[in-house]
Amino acid sequence: MDNLALTPSIFSPRNFFVSIGQRFLNFVTHIGGVTNLAGRAFQGIFKYRLDPEELVRQFAVIGNRSLMIVVLIALFTGMVIALQLCIGLGRYGLKLNVGQIVGLAIFRELGPVLTCLMVAARVGSGIAAELGSMVVTEQVLAIEAMGANPVAKLVVPRMLATIIACPILTVIADVVGSFGGMIITVREAAVTPSFFIDQIRRTVLVEDFMSGVYKAVFFGFAISIIACYEGLNTIGGTEGVGRSTTRAVVFSSIVIFISDFFLTKLIVFF
Amino acid sequence: MAPIIEFKKVSKVFGSNKVLVDADLSIGDGETITIIGGSGKGKTVFLKLLLGVLRPDGGKVMFKGRSLGDMEEKDVVRMRSRIGMLFQGAALFDSLSVAENVAYPLRQHFDYGEEKISQIVQAKLGLVGLPGVGEMMPADLSGGMKKRVGLARAIATDPDVILYDEPTTGLDPANTRRICNLILELQKKLHVTSVVVTHDMESAFRVTDRIALISDKRFSFVGTKEEARQSKDPLVRNFIAGEMETGDGV
Repeated sequence: MDNLALTPSIFSPRNFFVSIGQRFLNFVTHIGGVTNLAGRAFQGIFKYRLDPEELVRQFAVIGNRSLMIVVLIALFTGMVIALQLCIGLGRYGLKLNVGQIVGLAIFRELGPVLTCLMVAARVGSGIAAELGSMVVTEQVLAIEAMGANPVAKLVVPRMLATIIACPILTVIADVVGSFGGMIITVREAAVTPSFFIDQIRRTVLVEDFMSGVYKAVFFGFAISIIACYEGLNTIGGTEGVGRSTTRAVVFSSIVIFISDFFLTKLIVFF
Repeated sequence: MAPIIEFKKVSKVFGSNKVLVDADLSIGDGETITIIGGSGKGKTVFLKLLLGVLRPDGGKVMFKGRSLGDMEEKDVVRMRSRIGMLFQGAALFDSLSVAENVAYPLRQHFDYGEEKISQIVQAKLGLVGLPGVGEMMPADLSGGMKKRVGLARAIATDPDVILYDEPTTGLDPANTRRICNLILELQKKLHVTSVVVTHDMESAFRVTDRIALISDKRFSFVGTKEEARQSKDPLVRNFIAGEMETGDGV
């Protein structure tokens, strides 16, 4: 009967509400599972011995997977913002202020959000696929059978490595994005590089910079936990690994966008 | 023979799906028992309950007279050092070399030095007929070799019990024979209790002392292999004859 409820051809108000109810239940179960894993991972940091080699390996994997793409995205984002602002502000004769707005936009918002979206796509998908494959080949069960804790062995190093890597990548993206903005502003607004840098230094405060770093820390945490949860809950063989990977990227991206608003409000409040 | 593992009225339910209901089984120290049953009948659940990975919803799983449900986490971990498991697909860690795979449970359970770990790893690989493959990666091994490395890993801690999950599935006849011989050899050399979950009745009859059939959510038949051969129970006869129908809708 429940399956029939999901068949579009047999539409009825009852089936519609059953379907909505099931989706809501799945959503709540999912949130509960992710929260539970996050709690166990935090507990695991203090409860189990951390393998420093594995932490460094995961950190290197994240850097290797994301650094180049983050640099590329940041460079062109800085460039295109500067170009748009030169056009827009130029209409009001405010081209000289482009550096200020580019700096604020990159350090407060675009640096952390775009960097972490890239990390979600590259690293989150990788974590979900790797753990998903380990689940379907019984490697996770083997870890448990040999007396180890899968959360301590698999989740904690990935979570810590992502939490450390995201702010570092964000700082790199901030610098590269500003550089990209400078190249275009120097060319389009006829300002000197030192003028552009001086504008950023006068406009972007330490709290603006730190606001982006704080966000990146939270995004890194969310990406890793969601990816680990999806990977560890993989069912349905290799097809299931594909599903887990997609879900990890989609859910991480949604969480980044939604939490960005609330984090911004929260950081402004404090 | 004193029991080393006991299932007392064990029940396990997943949602509305009852997998085991009041299942009773006693496994003696040093014996080899084969668990047979149709797909999805609870053989893997049985192994997970035995390892303490799953908790029963009713009844007790006992290891050496102690209920797993009453054990603290550290006791469960200690118990797992006494149980080795060979997985269906070997479940070797892709990112670790063969030697590191075999060393994994040793590093997990003991504070041995590198030299001692290396000696044990070489000895166990030698025991399964694979000396000198320690530096290879799992991806470079054939299916039969992977199973043997998995077996070396399972016996690394000199366990009291070895669980074999479909040890011969996917192997050619030569490798099937080799794995069966290894199971028999390990029984002789290590005097371990062996629990074999398999569909391969020919291999089961070669290595086992007793056979237990899971059907209708419990162990519906438990007896020696001779009793299994002579059984009039249609479920047992069907299964032994190679028919997967076990009478409850498989």
